[in-house]
Amino acid sequence: MHALLSHRATKPFLFMLALGPFAWLLWGALNNGLGPNPAEALSRGTGDWVLRFLCLTLAVTPLRQITGHTALARLRRMFGLFAFFYGLLHLLCYAWLDMGFDLGAIVRDIPKRPFVLAGTLALLLMLPLAATSFNRAIRALGATRWRQLHRLVYAVVLLGLLHFFWMRSAKNDFAEVGVYAAVIALLLGWRLWAAWRARAMAQATRRPNARLTS
Amino acid sequence: MLYLKDRGYAPRRGESITPRAVYAQRREFLGKLAAGSAGAALTSWASGDAIAQTISPGKRPPLPAGKSTVSGALTMDKLTPYSDASTYNNFYEFGTDKSDPARHAGGLKTQPWTVVVEGEVRKPGTWDINALLKLAGMEERIYRMRCVEGWSMVIPWVGYSLAELVKRVEPTGNAKFVQFVTLADKAQMPGLRSSVLDWPYVEGLRLDEALHPLTMLAFGLYGELLPNQNGAPMRLVAPWKYGFKSAKSIVRIRFVDKQPRTSWETAAASEYGFYSNVNPKVDHPRWSQATERRIGDDGLLAKKRPTLMFNGYEAQVGQLYAGMDLARFF
Repeated sequence: MHALLSHRATKPFLFMLALGPFAWLLWGALNNGLGPNPAEALSRGTGDWVLRFLCLTLAVTPLRQITGHTALARLRRMFGLFAFFYGLLHLLCYAWLDMGFDLGAIVRDIPKRPFVLAGTLALLLMLPLAATSFNRAIRALGATRWRQLHRLVYAVVLLGLLHFFWMRSAKNDFAEVGVYAAVIALLLGWRLWAAWRARAMAQATRRPNARLTS
Repeated sequence: MLYLKDRGYAPRRGESITPRAVYAQRREFLGKLAAGSAGAALTSWASGDAIAQTISPGKRPPLPAGKSTVSGALTMDKLTPYSDASTYNNFYEFGTDKSDPARHAGGLKTQPWTVVVEGEVRKPGTWDINALLKLAGMEERIYRMRCVEGWSMVIPWVGYSLAELVKRVEPTGNAKFVQFVTLADKAQMPGLRSSVLDWPYVEGLRLDEALHPLTMLAFGLYGELLPNQNGAPMRLVAPWKYGFKSAKSIVRIRFVDKQPRTSWETAAASEYGFYSNVNPKVDHPRWSQATERRIGDDGLLAKKRPTLMFNGYEAQVGQLYAGMDLARFF
C-alpha cells in the first residue's frame, strides 16, 4: 500500500482521474448527452464534484493518521485544488448558462436566492487557499500561518453544505444532503475528537500525576 | 366595449428559429451534396416529411384525436421532443429526481382504473376509465407547460375539457371548488416511502377555473395513451398554471364548498399558493419567475426566454382573475 501511494505515477494518475468528471460533462455537453436539460445537468454535476472533492480533501488527514500512510499527505493539495476547479466551473455554469453573464440579473438574483450567496461565499473563501497552494507560498507564510489560513476549508465545506441544503429545501428533498452532511460530520467530528485527545494527552504529560489520579 | 385580442395563434419570439430537425436535415443534405448523392436526398427534402411535428413515437397504443377548436388550444411553439417530455418531469410518487418517473413508473397498473366523483354533485359515482375515455370526443391540444422550477415544454396532449365531465355530474349550488386526489399506492410507487409531501397528492381548482374550456382531462400525448410517468391513465392539464397544479393519475374528484388545501400548500404555504398562476411579475420567494428555459429547443448557451403572463393564455383566462391581487393570491 505504501509503495502504491508513494509511487511516482500515483499522483499523475489520480490527477487524470480527477479530470474524468470534467471530461465526461464536457463530452456530454458537446454531444447532446446530458439529457433534456443540459444546463441543469452541468450545474448539478459540477456542484456535486465540488462537495465530493472537499470531502476527499478533508479525508486525507484522518486517513493518514489512522493508517499511518504518510504518503497520503501529498495528495491533499491536489484534491483541494480540484474542489476549487470544479467550483469555478460551477460558478461559470451559473453565471453563463443561468444568467447569460447579465450582471444586473445576477445582482437581483442573489438576494432572492440566499443559497447562491452561500455558494459564492464558499468559493470566495477558497480563493486564498487556492492562491497559496504552492510550495513557495507555504515558505513565505510559514507553516504555522499557512495551516491557520487553510483552516478556512472548514468554513468552505460548511457553507457548501448549507448551499446544497438550501437548494434542495425548495423541493423538501434532503436525502442526498443527508449523506453529505453525515460524511462531513464524520470528517469534522474526527478532528474535534483528535484535538480533544491531543489536548488531554498534552495535559497528561505536563502533569504526570494527573494520570495516576484519574 | 373593450375586447381582449385573442393571441392564441400569434407568432411569438423565437419561432423563426430553424427547428433542429430541419437544421440537421440541411447538414445531412450538404453532406450528401458533397458526396454526390444529393439527387435522392432532394426528393425527401422537398416532401418535407421530417418537418411534420406531431409524429407518434410508437411507444404506447394510439389515441386518435381531432383538432381542438378551443381558443388558445393550439400554440404554434415548436413541440418538445417526445423523448424529453416523457423522461424529464416531476412525479414525486416515483422519486424526486426528474428522471425517476420514467425509470420507476413502468409497472404502474392503469387498467382497471376507476375515478370516484363525489361531494357537492347531484350525480356522484364511480367512473371506469374506459367510460371516461369515451365520455367526449378526443381533441389534440398543444399547450405550453411551465414548471415552477423555471423550465418549460410544449406538449401535444390528447383529451377533452374537464367541463365535459363536470356538467355530466351536475355540481350543486354549494360546489365552489374542485379537489383532485391522485393515486397513492405504496406497492407501485417507490417515492411514497419518502416524506417529501403528504400523500396522497392533492390539488384543486376554483369551479370556474375547472369549467374553463382550456382546462382539460388528458389521456394521451403525442397521439398515444399517456406514458405512466406522465400521469396515466388520466391527468389534469391547466396550461396557465405552474405544472404541479396539473394533478396526475387521478383517482378521485371531489366537489367542495371551501377552498381545499393542496399538497404543496401543506408543504410550504408561503411558497406555493392555491392559484399558482404562471406570472413573471410574481416571483417565487426564492427565485425569479421572469424567465424560463425551454427544454429541447433553447440551446445550451441561449438566453432564457421571458415567461408570459398566465403562460401566454392571458387572453383566454385573464378575466377569471379580474380585480384580484395576483401578488396576494399567488
